[in-house]
Amino acid sequence: MTHLTSLVLAAGSKPGPGAAAITQNLIFWVLAVISVAAGLGMILARRAVHCVLLLAVIMLSLAVLYAEAGAPFLAFVQIIVYTGAVLMLFLFVIMLVGVSSADSIVETIKGQRLAAGVAGISLLVLLALGIGHAAIGGAQPLTSGYNAGNVRGIAALIFTRYVFPFEVTSALLITAALGAMVLTHRERTSPKPTQRQLSRQRIAGSHPTPLPGPGTYAQHNAADMPALLPDGTPSELSVSSVIRRRGLGGGQPGGQPGELEAAQPGQEPEKLAALEKQEAQP
Amino acid sequence: MSPGHYVALAVILFVIGGVGVLVRRNAMVIFMCVELMLNACNLAFVGFARAHGNLDGQVIAFFVMVVAAAEVVVGLAVLMAIFRTRRSASVDDASLLKY
Repeated sequence: MTHLTSLVLAAGSKPGPGAAAITQNLIFWVLAVISVAAGLGMILARRAVHCVLLLAVIMLSLAVLYAEAGAPFLAFVQIIVYTGAVLMLFLFVIMLVGVSSADSIVETIKGQRLAAGVAGISLLVLLALGIGHAAIGGAQPLTSGYNAGNVRGIAALIFTRYVFPFEVTSALLITAALGAMVLTHRERTSPKPTQRQLSRQRIAGSHPTPLPGPGTYAQHNAADMPALLPDGTPSELSVSSVIRRRGLGGGQPGGQPGELEAAQPGQEPEKLAALEKQEAQP
Repeated sequence: MSPGHYVALAVILFVIGGVGVLVRRNAMVIFMCVELMLNACNLAFVGFARAHGNLDGQVIAFFVMVVAAAEVVVGLAVLMAIFRTRRSASVDDASLLKY
């Protein structure tokens, strides 16, 4: 036993010459397969949210690859900027646009997918031939910047040789921030309604009382469970419009999506339309 | 791993992103595919930086990341503006200039 532990300790403290290379190979191939599979899944997934999550997988595996390729600073920037900021921005916009926004399968341009596939394969062949001829050498011994450490080396480069592009970058970022503010800003065309006007509007509208909460008198208290009316039928008004659009919640546990719409052909859709009109009014 | 492997992976990811841009019609997914292409370029830059044994490639990759972040901000703002007027994120629906 002691012999074994000492062996393990020895192996852990001082790996053989090939161990590091084997680990690097293993990490590279596993992450390469994962990222290519996630990339293909991103093309094929219909819902935008799935695409964002698969893109996050790709970016995280690329971050690990950066760290393994001697770029720890870029690895952290990749995680913080891309996975942390850019993808969260994507998720926010998807939330605003509507989670249900899935691509339609119908091809609007005839043969578009086939042409895209042919173009992709030919681009792959072209790049593979070009790079195959380029004869990229092996990893060079690290010179200059690497000696002082990765972060210090990059800082030295950015603030000496690349200081002008770095300053221009700040102008770019300010412009982008201003552009985003200008593009998303909406001028108010009508005066802001006062509280009095709002309450009048509410009494005059079709639904003066608050809307029923989800799960009221239902068997489950979940947000996607519509409230049951006294006669046992589910009330569409009690479920958020986003959930309604996604077709979740069937009125009873295990209900099929879309059952809710079929269950209530009577007044509810009219009420709903009136409500949505009212929502759009102010 | 030799830098060639990194470049090969970058090529594959770039092609996947390019095909995605050509195939998909949801503007947001197209953006994501563009991001994937930019990331593939970054991977190639890191691989080349390793092949040359200096840090310039990593600095360029850093700049690419900054520009990509700015591009995403403006692009998504444009997307929101289009969505607000047309209630759709599909690139097929923004066809007013065609007529």
